[in-house]
Amino acid sequence: MKLPSLFGGTRGLEAQIDLYFDKVQEAGLVFGRAMELYLERGVSEGFEELVRRVTEVEEEADDLRREIETQMTTHTLIPELREDVLSLIEQVDEVTNHYEAAVYSFYIQQPVIDAAYRADFAELARMVQQTAEEMVTAARAFFRDLSAVRDHVKKVQFYESEADKITTRVGRQIFESDLDLAQKMHLTSFLDRLDSIADTAEDIGDKLSILTIKRMV
Amino acid sequence: MSPGLFAYLSSGLFLGWSLGANDAANIFGTAVGTRMVRFATAALIASVFVILGAVISGAGASHTLGKLGAINTLPGAFMAALAAALSVYLMTQRGLPVSTSQAIVGGIIGWNLFMGRPTDPAVVSKFAFAWVASPIMAGIMSALLFLFARAVLRRVKIHLLRQDHYTRMGLILVGAFGAYSLGANNIANVMGVFVEVSPFPDLQLGPVVLSSAQQLFLIGGIAIAVGIYTYSERVMLTVGQDIVRLTPVAALVVVLAQSLVLFLFASQSLAAWLVAHHLPALPLVPVSSSQAVVGAVIGLGLITPGERVRWDVVRNIAVGWLLTPTVAALISVVGMFVLQNVFNLPVRP
Repeated sequence: MKLPSLFGGTRGLEAQIDLYFDKVQEAGLVFGRAMELYLERGVSEGFEELVRRVTEVEEEADDLRREIETQMTTHTLIPELREDVLSLIEQVDEVTNHYEAAVYSFYIQQPVIDAAYRADFAELARMVQQTAEEMVTAARAFFRDLSAVRDHVKKVQFYESEADKITTRVGRQIFESDLDLAQKMHLTSFLDRLDSIADTAEDIGDKLSILTIKRMV
Repeated sequence: MSPGLFAYLSSGLFLGWSLGANDAANIFGTAVGTRMVRFATAALIASVFVILGAVISGAGASHTLGKLGAINTLPGAFMAALAAALSVYLMTQRGLPVSTSQAIVGGIIGWNLFMGRPTDPAVVSKFAFAWVASPIMAGIMSALLFLFARAVLRRVKIHLLRQDHYTRMGLILVGAFGAYSLGANNIANVMGVFVEVSPFPDLQLGPVVLSSAQQLFLIGGIAIAVGIYTYSERVMLTVGQDIVRLTPVAALVVVLAQSLVLFLFASQSLAAWLVAHHLPALPLVPVSSSQAVVGAVIGLGLITPGERVRWDVVRNIAVGWLLTPTVAALISVVGMFVLQNVFNLPVRP
C-alpha cells in the first residue's frame, strides 16, 4: 500500500512550478527588450546578445518543465489535477517557444520596417508581452488564489484584443501602401508572428478559466 | 461452525456480502472513481474498519432492531434475513433505490405478522424518524461542512498541490471513519436478527472477551469485507465517475457528512452522554448510507448557485423508503409460512 509522502515532495514541486513561471516571465522581458533594440537599431550586438539570452531562458524553462513533468508523473498527486497541470505547463511552454521563434526570425530575416510602422510594431510587441505576462499571473493565481484567476484572465482577453486591433490596422496600412507585394507579405508575416504570442496566451487564459471553475470550492 | 448453523447464517452473510459490495462505494466511491485512492488501499482500509466498527460498536443499532421483534428461532432469523436479501436483490434488479436497513426491518415486521404479534409502534416510529432524519441531517451537515471548508480555504489561500495532498489524506482518514461507522451502524442489518438465537459462548482472546453477539458481528463483518473485495470496485467506479462529478473537497465533505450521520445513529456513548445531560438522544437505528450520501449531495446542491437539485432522486428515496420494508415484510410472511409448512422447520419457538 502506497500512502502519500508528507509534504516534502509537494513543496519541492510547488517551488519548481514557481521557478518555471519566473522563467516564462523572464523570457517575456528579454523578448520585449530585444524587440525595442531591433526596432531602434536593427540587428546589433545588443540585440544578438538578447537573442542568445532568450534561447538560454527558453532552454532553462524546458529543463524545468521536463523535471516538473517527471516529478508529477511519479508523485502521488490526484490524477485529475496532475493531468490539468501537465497540460497547462505544456501549453505555457508554447509561449516561450513563440518568443524564441519571433526574435530568431527577426535575427535571420532582418525585415526592413519603415519608420512609419516602427511605433506600431513596438506597440504590438509590448501588447503581446503584456498579454503573456497577465497569462502567467493568472496561471500563478490558479495555484494560490483561485478567486483572482478571473481578474487576470479578463486582462489577458483585453490585451489580446488590443493586439488584434493593432495587427489588423497596421496590416491594412501596409497593404494600402506603395511597398511591393513581397515586402507587404514579409512585414505582415511578422505582425502575425507577434500576434500569435497573444493568441496562445489567450488560449491558455481560456483554459485557466475552465480549470478554475472545475476546482472552485 | 456446524454446517447447519452456517446454512442458517447464510442469508445474513449474503446480506452482508451485498452490503459490502454496494455500500463501501458510498465511502470510497468518489476517491477510487476519481483515482485519488487506489482500490487496493480503499478495500483494505474499508474492510479493516468495517469489521472493527461492527465488533466494537455494533451493539447499539442491533439492540433497537431486537426491540422491533425478538426473533427467537434460527429458522425465523434465517427467513427474516433472507426476505431482506431477496427484497434488496429484487429492487436492485428493477433499478429501484434500496436500503438493507429498511429491508431487514420489513423482514422482522413480517415475522411479527406471521407470529400474530404486534409491532411496537413506538419502535417503528423511531425507525421512521431515523430514515427521514438521516438524509436531511447529512444534507445539513454537508452544507455546513462545505461552507466552513470554503471559508477556510479562501482565507488561507493554500497552494493547490498541497490542498490536493491534504484532501487525499483526508479521504483516507474520513474513509476509515466512514467504514467504522458503516460497520457500527449497519452490522445490525446483517446479523441483528441472529443475536437472540446466537449459539456462540463468550470467547476469551487474551485480555479481550468477545461476546456471543460480537462473534456474530465479526463473522458478519468478514462477509461485508468479502463483499468489498469481490464486488465493490465496479460500484465504486460507477459512483465516482458516472453519477456525480464532485471537486475533491466536496467529495471529502460528502463522505464526512455521511459518516457522521451513520456514527450518530450508532454511538451508544454519545446517546448515553446526551441522555445524561437531559438532551434528546438520537435513536440507535440502522440507517441507509446510500440515502445519507444522496442527502449530503443534495445539501451541497442547495448551497451551490446554478446547481440544480435532482428532486426525482429525492422522490426515489421516498419511494424506496415505503416500498422496501413492504416488499420485505411480504416475502418474510410468505417465507415463514413455506419454511413451517413445506419444510417443517421450527419457525415458531
